[in-house]
Amino acid sequence: MATIWVYAPVSAEGPHASALELLTKARELGDDIAAVALGPGATAAAGDLGAHGAARVYASDDQVFADHPGRPAAHVLSALIEEHRPSLVLFPGTYDARDVAGRVQARTGSTLMSNATDVLAVDTARTEIFGGTKIVDVALQGPEPRMVLVRPRALVAEPSGGTAEVVPVAVDVPEAAKGARVVERHEEAASGPKLEEAKVVLAGGRGLGGSEGFGLLDELSAAVGGAAVGASRAAVDAGWVPYAYQIGQTGKTVKPDVYIGVGISGALQHVVGMKGAKVIVAINKDEDAPILKMADLGVVGDLFDVVPKLTAEIRRRTGG
Amino acid sequence: MNIVVFAKYVPNPQGTPELGPDNLIVRTGGDGALDPGDEYSLELALQLVEGGGGEVTVVTMGPDDAATAVQRALALGAHKAVHVSDPSLRGADALATARVLAAAAARTPWDLVIAGVESTDGYTGTVPITVAELLDTASVSAVRKLEPSDGRIRVERQTETGYDVLECPLPAVVTVTAGATEPRYPSLKGIMQAKQKPVDRLTLADLGLDAGAVAASQSVTTVTDAPAKGGGEVVPAGDEAIARIADLLTEAGVI
Repeated sequence: MATIWVYAPVSAEGPHASALELLTKARELGDDIAAVALGPGATAAAGDLGAHGAARVYASDDQVFADHPGRPAAHVLSALIEEHRPSLVLFPGTYDARDVAGRVQARTGSTLMSNATDVLAVDTARTEIFGGTKIVDVALQGPEPRMVLVRPRALVAEPSGGTAEVVPVAVDVPEAAKGARVVERHEEAASGPKLEEAKVVLAGGRGLGGSEGFGLLDELSAAVGGAAVGASRAAVDAGWVPYAYQIGQTGKTVKPDVYIGVGISGALQHVVGMKGAKVIVAINKDEDAPILKMADLGVVGDLFDVVPKLTAEIRRRTGG
Repeated sequence: MNIVVFAKYVPNPQGTPELGPDNLIVRTGGDGALDPGDEYSLELALQLVEGGGGEVTVVTMGPDDAATAVQRALALGAHKAVHVSDPSLRGADALATARVLAAAAARTPWDLVIAGVESTDGYTGTVPITVAELLDTASVSAVRKLEPSDGRIRVERQTETGYDVLECPLPAVVTVTAGATEPRYPSLKGIMQAKQKPVDRLTLADLGLDAGAVAASQSVTTVTDAPAKGGGEVVPAGDEAIARIADLLTEAGVI
């Protein structure tokens, strides 16, 4: 049966959660599962990766992978693929992994599918288009390995209880193949609970009009008691809040009990990151906003009027 | 600095996209436009050459209708354009697109290629980086700020927890977020001048590529409607609406 690899981004905190989701899926599809972990923390991540189904972890803790995003990892992964010839390689849909997959594709000439929501077989993957209104199954053809970028949190991680053999990877990245170098790192973490874990997510969009508008959501969050505040890409791109707030295709995927979208139109970009919420509430002044069609409750009106009144109503009910 | 900007002609960004009987997105009909995301790339390119000299070349691959997107880019200030159009490119996938864009870009000398992080119709997000590998150059994705610095570029790149600052040698390929710039509007003069600017129309054969290099490696097997999310209700703002939202929060047990 098939050999399936998972490209597992790693850091000092461990493997990226999406790597465990992909390994869980890989167990359904093949019988020889391995992970490739490149960068500081790789060897230490082998425990978690093994516990989710990797029989082997090709690992290197070399700093070059952290200092130079994408290019050295693609160089090494391409060489490993050439040597071991897996049938399928799964990548999480993060910026870094997209870069690695994109570069590997140029070398292997193999197919690469983006934005998958599920992988059905070694040669078939599923995606959703047009804001999740249509489900599309895609046959992957051409030379192996077929490669698929899967949306983080589209799949669920389940431990297998296994252990992985660590296969050390010799790293020989030519100076010319290192590329751009990280010279500074800045954290802009959102305050409050993590978006991915919060029971209530309040998301703001272009309708908030500026960073001050997010103050309304902070007040509502305080009234609810520990709601997380997120944003659409439009609000992040405008510089009103940091990228860490972004919900959607190129941001975080949230699945809260209640999602309240404020001044968000509901572009596909955003919808794929929040449509898993149990209850969706949308507040928008435009009655044609696409988000109103998918909301359990849509409120058409001025958010600058509705949100403060909602905050007051919740405080009245909770005695806060 | 000479800059190539990748531009994509996309179906009307405000409209509802449609699939044709062949399961490909309908790209004809005339209401398409330059991908709004590409206007940020173009603006950054124009600012860089206005500050430091050089030319901006727009490179696009698309049907004849994509000439609309090319004219828009030229009207905004790009100096010249390359438009690759070929019947065999219909339904081209990410690798085929990257091969075409790489071959087209290689025909003109450049220091920097700027593209959007992802298109607003396909959201694939890998094509420019595949081009970088095909051309054996450095790249940085998800750039929100870029400054030339002594024969290199210094960029801010979005990360999951904040941003990194990177130094990147030239030549390089970068993808930029919409936050990188504030796009200008075309002037009447720009629109008039655009018609006089050179547009190099190329076929696959002109690029030295054969149909095998752009053969699709993915095919749609089935398209089904996602289960409709029922029960939605839209109400006007007011005290009742506010009480309804609060009720939902109470029912969910979160307040």
